[in-house]
Amino acid sequence: MIDNSMKKVLILGSGALKIGEAGEFDYSGSQAIKAMREEGIKTVLINPNIATVQTSEGVADKIYFLPVTPYFVEKVIKKEDPQGILLAFGGQTALNCGVKLYETGILEKYKLQVLGTPVQTIINTEDRELFIEQMDQINVKCIKSHAVETIEQAREAAAELGYPVILRAAYALGGLGSGFCDNEEELNVLAEKSFSYSPQVLVEKSLKGWKEIEFEVVRDKYNNCITVANMENFDPLGIHTGESIVVAPCQSLDSSDIAKLSELAKRIVRHIGIIGECNVQFAFDTVSDDYRVIEVNARLSRSSALASKATGYPLAFVAAKIGLGFGLAELKNGVTKTTSAFFEPALDYVICKIPRWDLSKFHGVSREIGSSMKSVGEVMAIGRTFEETIQKGLRMIGQGAHGFVGNKEIVVNDIDKALHDPTDNRIFVISKALQKGYTVEEVCNLTKIDKWFIDKLNNIVEMSKELSKYDELEELPDGLLKQAKQMGFSDFQIARFVFKEKYDTEDGVNIVRAYRKKTGIVPYVKQIDTLAAEVPAQTNYLYLTYNGCCHDIDYEKDGKSVIVLGSGAYRIGSSVEFDWCSVNALQTIRNLGWRGIMINYNPETVSTDYDMCDRLYFDELTYERVMDIHDLETPHGMVVSVGGQIPNNLAMRLDASGVKLLGTTAKSIDNAEDRNKFSEMLDSIGVDQPRWKELTTLDEIDAFVDEVGFPVLVRPSYVLSGAAMNVCSNKSELEEFLKLAAEVSQKHPVVVSQFIQHSKEIEFDAVASKGEIIAYAISEHIEFAGVHSGDATIQFPPQKIYVETARRIKKISRKIAEALNISGPFNIQFLAKENDIKVIECNLRASRSFPFVSKVLKINLIELATKIMMGLEVEKPAKSAFDLDYIGVKASQFSFSRLQKADPVLGVDMSSTGEVGCLGDNMDEAVLKSMLSVGYNVPKQNVLMSTGDAKQKVEMLNAAKMLVDNGYTIYATKGTYSFLKENNIEATRVLWPDETGTERSALEMIQNKEIDMVVNIPKNLSKGELSNGYKIRRAAIDFNIPLITNSRLATAFIISFCKLPVDQINIKSWDEYYS
Amino acid sequence: MQSFDKTFSTLQLENGLEFQGFLFGYTAPAEGEVVFSTIMSGYPEALTDPSYSGQILCITYPLIGNYGVPAIDDKIHIRGLIVTDYSFDYSHWRAVKSLDQWLKEQKIPAIYGVDTRQITKVLRDSGSMLGRIIPNGKEMPWDVDNPQSENLVDVVSCKEVSHYGSSKKRVVLLDCGVRPGVIEAFTQRGIEVIRVPWNYDFNDGSIGQYNGLLISNGPGDPDQCDNAVKNIKRAMELNKPIYGLCLGNALLAKAAGGRTYKLKCGHHSANQPVSMYSSKRCYITSQVHDYAVDFSTLNSAEWDEYFTNMNDGTCEGIIHKTKPFFGTHFYPEFNGNPDDTAFLFDKFISML
Repeated sequence: MIDNSMKKVLILGSGALKIGEAGEFDYSGSQAIKAMREEGIKTVLINPNIATVQTSEGVADKIYFLPVTPYFVEKVIKKEDPQGILLAFGGQTALNCGVKLYETGILEKYKLQVLGTPVQTIINTEDRELFIEQMDQINVKCIKSHAVETIEQAREAAAELGYPVILRAAYALGGLGSGFCDNEEELNVLAEKSFSYSPQVLVEKSLKGWKEIEFEVVRDKYNNCITVANMENFDPLGIHTGESIVVAPCQSLDSSDIAKLSELAKRIVRHIGIIGECNVQFAFDTVSDDYRVIEVNARLSRSSALASKATGYPLAFVAAKIGLGFGLAELKNGVTKTTSAFFEPALDYVICKIPRWDLSKFHGVSREIGSSMKSVGEVMAIGRTFEETIQKGLRMIGQGAHGFVGNKEIVVNDIDKALHDPTDNRIFVISKALQKGYTVEEVCNLTKIDKWFIDKLNNIVEMSKELSKYDELEELPDGLLKQAKQMGFSDFQIARFVFKEKYDTEDGVNIVRAYRKKTGIVPYVKQIDTLAAEVPAQTNYLYLTYNGCCHDIDYEKDGKSVIVLGSGAYRIGSSVEFDWCSVNALQTIRNLGWRGIMINYNPETVSTDYDMCDRLYFDELTYERVMDIHDLETPHGMVVSVGGQIPNNLAMRLDASGVKLLGTTAKSIDNAEDRNKFSEMLDSIGVDQPRWKELTTLDEIDAFVDEVGFPVLVRPSYVLSGAAMNVCSNKSELEEFLKLAAEVSQKHPVVVSQFIQHSKEIEFDAVASKGEIIAYAISEHIEFAGVHSGDATIQFPPQKIYVETARRIKKISRKIAEALNISGPFNIQFLAKENDIKVIECNLRASRSFPFVSKVLKINLIELATKIMMGLEVEKPAKSAFDLDYIGVKASQFSFSRLQKADPVLGVDMSSTGEVGCLGDNMDEAVLKSMLSVGYNVPKQNVLMSTGDAKQKVEMLNAAKMLVDNGYTIYATKGTYSFLKENNIEATRVLWPDETGTERSALEMIQNKEIDMVVNIPKNLSKGELSNGYKIRRAAIDFNIPLITNSRLATAFIISFCKLPVDQINIKSWDEYYS
Repeated sequence: MQSFDKTFSTLQLENGLEFQGFLFGYTAPAEGEVVFSTIMSGYPEALTDPSYSGQILCITYPLIGNYGVPAIDDKIHIRGLIVTDYSFDYSHWRAVKSLDQWLKEQKIPAIYGVDTRQITKVLRDSGSMLGRIIPNGKEMPWDVDNPQSENLVDVVSCKEVSHYGSSKKRVVLLDCGVRPGVIEAFTQRGIEVIRVPWNYDFNDGSIGQYNGLLISNGPGDPDQCDNAVKNIKRAMELNKPIYGLCLGNALLAKAAGGRTYKLKCGHHSANQPVSMYSSKRCYITSQVHDYAVDFSTLNSAEWDEYFTNMNDGTCEGIIHKTKPFFGTHFYPEFNGNPDDTAFLFDKFISML
C-alpha cells in the first residue's frame, strides 16, 4: 500500500499571490500538509508568502520563508534531507521549479522521490510538442499548433493555418505573453513579446466561439480514475478560464457530450500517467460534438480548488494521499465519513464562479479581457436556480452590483461593440442590452455565449419588469415575491423595482425584509454533501437558497456559537492575509470551547475549508444574508474585525439590527471610519493629522490648496474614470484631474488633504482590551509616504526611526485606543518627519500586516484579539520587538506583466497583488531574500538608471557608487548621467525614447535584453507621467527585466546585493530564528 | 420563456406529505412508486429506461430541461416527473423539442418548483413509497395501486421474437425491458441478437442454435419472473455463456438458487462506485435497480461476488467460479453514462 520509508517530505509553495496564482495554492498546500501529517510524515515547506495559513505554526513542521527557486530549494534539501517532494501543490511556480530540479539532476542527486505524478509526465503536458505526440498516440484531437522559434517561422505558420491564430508562450503562467492575432500586423507585435517570455512560441488555429469545458480528474496507481467535476465556461473560448464566469456542473451539454468528454479526459489522464489530480480543458463545438483538447494541467490548479469547493470533494487532500501510494478506494469520503473517496460527486445545486477584476487601480490598462488573465480574485455562488446563483455571485464580487439588474446605470457608448469585445464589465453590458430591448438571439450572436445562459439572464430582466408594474408589496400577485427571491433578487432589488424612489434605500430594504418574513418567505439552509442527499451526511458545509422548503440542519439555539465574517473575494488591498486572520480567529474560538461559524464565499481560501470551522456558510456577506444566518444561528455574537473592510463596513447596520458585535463597538468603528468624527476625536485628544477638507466646489478647493500648498491628495467620492485617488503637484494637474476624472458637486464632494513629502510612514498594529493596549508592533516603510502601505516594503522591527518617534507613536496610540475604547485588533498609520508625528488613518480591525508582524514577533495577535473579543482577560506578552535579534521584511509582488499597457509605477492607490515576508539576521539579508522572493534577480552586469528629480538623484548616489565599485556597468539617461558624472561615478549615457543622437537607445537595449535591471524613478507622483519614463518602464515589464521605481527601495536592494552575495544567505527555518 | 401565470400541481406521498409546485408536461393525474435519481444529466435516457416502469421519477439535480430532447422514438416509461427548476428555454444543436413538449406528446405529467432534495431525503429515510401527482391541487381520495403488484416486466417486454444483425455468433436477448442502446452495443461488435419475450422458451429449438444468453434489465420484482428463471436454468444446464444485466443479474442469481430482496430506496444514479473482486480496481457505474441479490443465499463454493457497491455494500454482480456465467447490477455501457466497464460486454463476447 503506502511507502513507509517516507518520513519527511518537502512541499513547494507558490510564493506571493499574483495574477494567475493566488490563494488557491494556500488551500491546496494546506490540504497536502494535512494529508502528510495524518500519516505521521514530517513536512518541510518552502514558501516566502508569510501571510498564508500554510506557513503558520502547527501546519507544516518546518517552514522556510525563502524564494521557491532551484537554488534555494536545493539548499533546503541539502539541509533537511527529506525523502520525498511534492510539486503539485504550489501552482506553476512549484511545478516549474520542480521540473528544473529534475532536469538539472538535483532530485536524483539527493535521491528525492517525487510523490504523485512523475516529472516526465509533467514535462509531457507542459511541452506542447511532446503533449501533442502523446495525444496522437491515443487518437485525441488537440488544437493544431506549430512550435516556432523565430518571428519569421511564426508568420509562416500563421499563413498556413489561416487567421485568426492564437500565440502562446510555452512554460508561461496562465497565458502570459499569449493572445489572438487577426492579421500579420498583430502577429508581428505579439510574437515579439511572446518570445521575451519563452524561446518557444506556439502558433495555433483560433477556435474563438467554441465552448470551453473543464474536467477535474483523479487517478490512483491502480489505474482507478474518476472525474470529480465538470465545469462549463459561460464565456466562449478565447477568454481565459481565469477571466471567465464558470458554471458547474455543465449546463448546456447533454449527457452524450458529457460522456464523450469524460471518457476522453480519463483516456488522457491514464495515458499520460497522472498519479493524483489533473485538470483537462476542452474546446467543444457548438453545432456538433467536435472537440479539441486545449491543455492539461498535471497539478492542482485554480480550477481544482474551485472544483473542490463546488463539489465538497477535497481534491488536494486526496491527491496528496494518492501521492503516498494510497488507492482511491482506501480513502474515505470526508463529507459523508461513511463512503469511499472513489466516487463522482452528484450535485443538487449549481455553482457559479465570477472573476473579480481591479483594473481601475491601474493607469492605462486595457479593460478588454481575453486569453491572458487579469483578474485578481474570484467568488463562488451556490444556488438551486441559475438565476439565483448568478445574482448572488454578482453581489459577491463586491463592486457595487446588487445583482444582474437594479444596478447603477452604466454608460455604454456602443452596446454592440461592448457585447462583441468583452471587457471586465461585459455581464453588465448584457444586462443593459436586454433591458434596452436586445433579443436573446442578438445578444447570443454578438457574445457567442450559449443561448441557455442568455435566456436565463433574460428571465431576470423579465422579472424586474414584472416587479416594476407594482408599487406596493401587498399588490404583488400571489407567489411573485417568492418567485423573485427564487431568482436571486435581493431585498434591495425588490425595494428598488417595487418602491421606485419612494423610500430611503435602507428603509425600503427593511420593509421588504419585514414583509417577506411575515409572509413566510425565508431562505432555507442546504448541505453540500457530495451525494445529493442519497446518503445521510453530517456535513457542516452549507449554503442558503429560496428554492427549498426545509432546512437540512437542526439549530441548537443555545447561544454557544460565534459567527466570524470572512474577507470575500480577493482584491487588491485585501487578500490572503485576511484569510489567515479569519482562520486564526476561528481556531481560537473553537479552542475556547465555542462553535466557530464562518461566512465567506471565496473558493481560494482556507477559511472556506469546511474542516476549519463548525459550520461553513458559503454565502454572501451582505447585510441581508448575514442577518438571515444570524436569525437561524442566534449566536453568542459576531466577529467583524478579522475579515478586512467588507465585514467592517457592515458593523453599523448589524449593530442597529441587534446583532451583538464582539469586541470594539460599532459606534467606535464608526468614529474611526467617519472622517469628520475621527478628526474631531483626534483634535479633542490633541493628536495631529495632515490637514484635510471635504469640498464641493472648485473655488473651495483652490482656497484650501492655497492654505496648505501643493502637493495635495485628492479623493473624489464619485469617479468618472481611472483611479479614485490622485496626488496633484500643481494647479494644472489638479484642474485636469478634477475635470477629467472626477465629478465635484454638492452630491459628490471631494476630499482634499495636505500631502507631506519625504516623510516616513509607520504602521502600528496592535491589540487592545477595553481601551488598553495589550500587544503592538511598530513597523516602518522603506519607501517614503506616497507609496500605498499595501505596496510599500515594510521592515519590522523598525530600523531607522528615532527612539523618540517610537515613544510618541506609542503614546498617541494609547490615547486613541482609550478614546475609542478598543477591544480587539486595530491598526494606525502614521507619518513621521523628524519627530513630528501625524495620524493618517485608523482601522478598528485587523490590518494587512497582522500575519507578518505576528509571525516575525512570534506572538499571534489574532489569537490574542479573539480571546479579548470573547471576553477573556489576557496578559500582556512578555516579549517585545526590541528583543528580536533578526529582522523581517515584507515586500510586494506586482503583476504588471499581465496588465498590458498599465504604467508600472507606484502611487497612492495600491497596485500590488501579493506579498512575501522574509527573515534575516540583518537588514540586507532580509531585503535580499524578500526581493528575490518577489521575482527580482541580482543583476549580472548592466543596470539602467533614470533617477528622477534632484533629491532622488542624491538619494541614489550612494547606491550608484556601490554598483560601480562592485563591477556593475551603469547606463544612464541624460540627467542622471550628468549627475553621476558630476559626482565622479562612471556611467554610459543612453538615449530616452524621444531623443536622437549617437548614443545607444535605452529602449533598444531593453529589447535586446542587454539590461539586467532597470531603475526608473518618476519625477513626481502624478499619474500623468511623461511618455519617456512610461515607455522605459513598460518595456522593462514587457521584456521581463526587473524594474524598481522607488529610489529608497532601489537603494536598499542595491546595497543588499552588493554587500551580501546570494551564496552567503543563511538557510534558516522560521523556528531557528525565534528559538 | 418563464411564465408568471402558473398552474399549481401537487405531489402527494403515501405517508401524507405533500409538495406543491407547478404543472408542466401533460395535464393529468399520475400515480406510481416515487423514486429519486441523482443523475446530473441524461434525463431523456432515464425517462425512456423501462427499468423505471411504474415509477414517478424525482430528480435531485435542480435544473432540468436545459438541452431539450433530441430526436428519439423511444417511449417514456416513467409515470411522472418531479423537478426543482424546469428550463422553459432549451439550447442544444441535437434538440428537436422541449422536454415539456415531449412529455405532453407522451401524456406524462410533471411538476416543477418543488424541493426535490427534501423529497429525496424523505425517500432516503423512509424508503421508496407510493405517490401521485394531482394537477390543480384537487382533493381526491387515496386509492393508489402499487405498481409492483403487477408484472411490470410483462408490460415492457417485447411480444414477439425479432432479429438484429446477422453473424455466426448469436446471442439470445431475454427482453425483460431492455434499455435502448444495449442491442446496438452487440450488433456493433458483430454479434447477431435474437430478442425474445421475457417468458419465451428459447431452448425449444424454435430460434435455432445460439451461443450465449444475455438477460436484460427491466423493472419490478424479480420474484415475478419465474418463467424466465426456469428457462435460464435450462441454459445453465446447457453450459451456455450467460450475462445477466441489472434485473438479469437478479434472475441469474435466482436461477442459481439465490434470493433477492428489495432495497430501501433503490439505486438510481450515474455515480455508484463498485469494487471488483480480488483486485484493487473500482468503477463508477450507472445503476437503476430497486432489488438486489442477497449473495449469502448463493452457493459460495460455486459463485463469487463479482462486484460490490462501495457505498452500501450491496452485491452488484455475481460470477461463477468455473462456468461462463456472470451478471452485473449496473449498466456497463450506455449512451451518456460511464463506460469504464464496457469491457464486460467484450468479456461476454469472448466467451461465446
